[in-house]
Amino acid sequence: MIQIERLNKSFGSADNIHHVLHDIDLTINDGDVFGIIGSSGAGKSTLVRCINLLERPTSGKIIIDGKDVTNYKGKDLLDLRESIGMIFQNFSLFQQRSVLKNVTFPLEVNGKKMSKSERLERAHELLKLVELDDKIKQYPSQLSGGQQQRVAIARALVSKPKIMLCDEATSALDTKTTASILDLLGSINRELGVTMVMITHSLAVAQRVCNRIAVIDDGRIVEEGTTAQVFGNPQSPITKELLRNDNLTTMSQTGDESDNSSLPEQA
Amino acid sequence: MEWFSTFYETYGDLLIKGTLDSLYMTSISTLLAYVFGIPLGVLVVLTAQNGLHPNKAVNTILGWIINIGRSIPFIILLFAIIPFTRLVAGTSLGVKGAIVPLVVTAVPFVARMVEQSLADIDAGLVEAGQSFGANTWQIVYKVYLKESLPSIIRGAAITFISLFGYVAMAGCVGAGGLGDIAIRYGYQRYKPDVMVVAVILCVVLVQLVQTIGDFIARKVDKRVVR
Repeated sequence: MIQIERLNKSFGSADNIHHVLHDIDLTINDGDVFGIIGSSGAGKSTLVRCINLLERPTSGKIIIDGKDVTNYKGKDLLDLRESIGMIFQNFSLFQQRSVLKNVTFPLEVNGKKMSKSERLERAHELLKLVELDDKIKQYPSQLSGGQQQRVAIARALVSKPKIMLCDEATSALDTKTTASILDLLGSINRELGVTMVMITHSLAVAQRVCNRIAVIDDGRIVEEGTTAQVFGNPQSPITKELLRNDNLTTMSQTGDESDNSSLPEQA
Repeated sequence: MEWFSTFYETYGDLLIKGTLDSLYMTSISTLLAYVFGIPLGVLVVLTAQNGLHPNKAVNTILGWIINIGRSIPFIILLFAIIPFTRLVAGTSLGVKGAIVPLVVTAVPFVARMVEQSLADIDAGLVEAGQSFGANTWQIVYKVYLKESLPSIIRGAAITFISLFGYVAMAGCVGAGGLGDIAIRYGYQRYKPDVMVVAVILCVVLVQLVQTIGDFIARKVDKRVVR
C-alpha cells in the first residue's frame, strides 16, 4: 500500500519559488491500477517521481507498506528504488546495451549477489513474458516503439517489484500498440499482482485499465474515485472538461497511423 | 626512382624515427590525458546544477581550472612549466620532457570533450538508471560512460590529431618527431624535399587516425541509423 500524506513539492529558491504539488493526499491499495490524470504541467510526473524519491518532497510523507520512506538515504534509498519498477514515455532503454542486457541492468546494479547466469536466466524469463525472447541479441534501435516499451516493461519487472510506476507509458505509441501495451500491463497486474501507478493525460488510457483514478490539476487533486464513478458522474469542472475534450472512442478504433510499431504477432 | 632511393638512403632512417617519435609522443600523451581528463569531465557533469551531485563551488572551481588550462598557448606553457616537467619526468628535454606539457595542455581539453559527450546522452537514461537503484558510481560507468562511448572515441581521435600538431611545437625542446624534422631540415637547413615528405607523412597519419577513429566509433555504436 502506498500512502501519500500532505505532500508538497516546490522548486526554485525563496525569491523565485514554484509550487508544483499542493497538499496531496492519496492512498493506493495493493493490486490497484491507479490512474493519475491531468493535462501537461499539472504536476503528475513530479508526483509519481516522489514515490520512488527521484524527486524529494518539500514536505509531507510517502509511506510504503507502513514504512515512512520519505527520508530514506544511501542503501535504504537504493533498495527502495529497486523494489519499485518504472517505465517511461520514451522507453529510456540503454542504446548501447542489447535487449537482454537492458533487462539485466536492475539485477546488475542491486546489492544482492546474483550470478551472471542467474541474471541472464531471469531476464530471459521476463522477455518471454513480454513475447520478445526472439529479440534478445538485438539492440533497442532495431526495435519498434511497441517492442521497446515491452523491453522496458521486462526491465522494470526483472527484480520482482511489488509496485510499478508508468509515466505516460503509451503516449509515444500509436493507438493499436497502446491497446496491446495496456493489455499487457493489465495482465501483469492481475497475474503477478503488481500494483500499478499510471500517469496519463489520456482518459481513454485510464478508462481501459485503471480501477481507480485521481484527477490532478495545477498541483492539486481535484477528484478521486473508482473509474466508473469518475467517468460516470464527474464532479469537478476539470474532469468534465477533460471528458469533453477527450475522444473516448479512440481506443476502440484500429490504428491507422503508419504502423512502424507493429507487434511481433502482427508482424 | 633514382631520386627516391638516394633520398631514402639519406633521410629514410631519420623520417622513420621521426614518424615513430611523433606517434609515440602523441599516443602516450593522449592516453594519459584521458586517464586524468575522464574523471575531471565526469566530475564536472556530476557537480553541474542538473547533475547527480550538484555542487556549485566545486563546479565553478573546476570550470575555472579547465578554462585557464585551455587558454594558455601551448608554446608558452611548454616553457612556463619546465620546473614541473623536470620534477615529473626528470628532464625537460627530449621525448620524455615533451610528454608532460602535452598532457598538461590536453587534460582540460579532454575534460571538456568528455563533459560534452556525457551531456549529450538522454537525461532519461540517467533517470532510468537511478529508478532501478543504481548508485552514482554505477550510473557513471554503466550509463554515462557506456552510452557515450562512441562519442568519447570520436573525441579521442580529435584529441590525438590536435596533440599531433602540438608535438611539432614540442620540437622546440628537442623532442624530435616529424614536425621537428620539417622545421629543422626544411626551414633552417633549406631542404624543401625533406620538409615536403615530412609534411606529407603528417597528412597521411592524420587521415589514418581519423579513419581508424571513425571506424572504431562506428563499430562500437549499437545505434542503427535508420
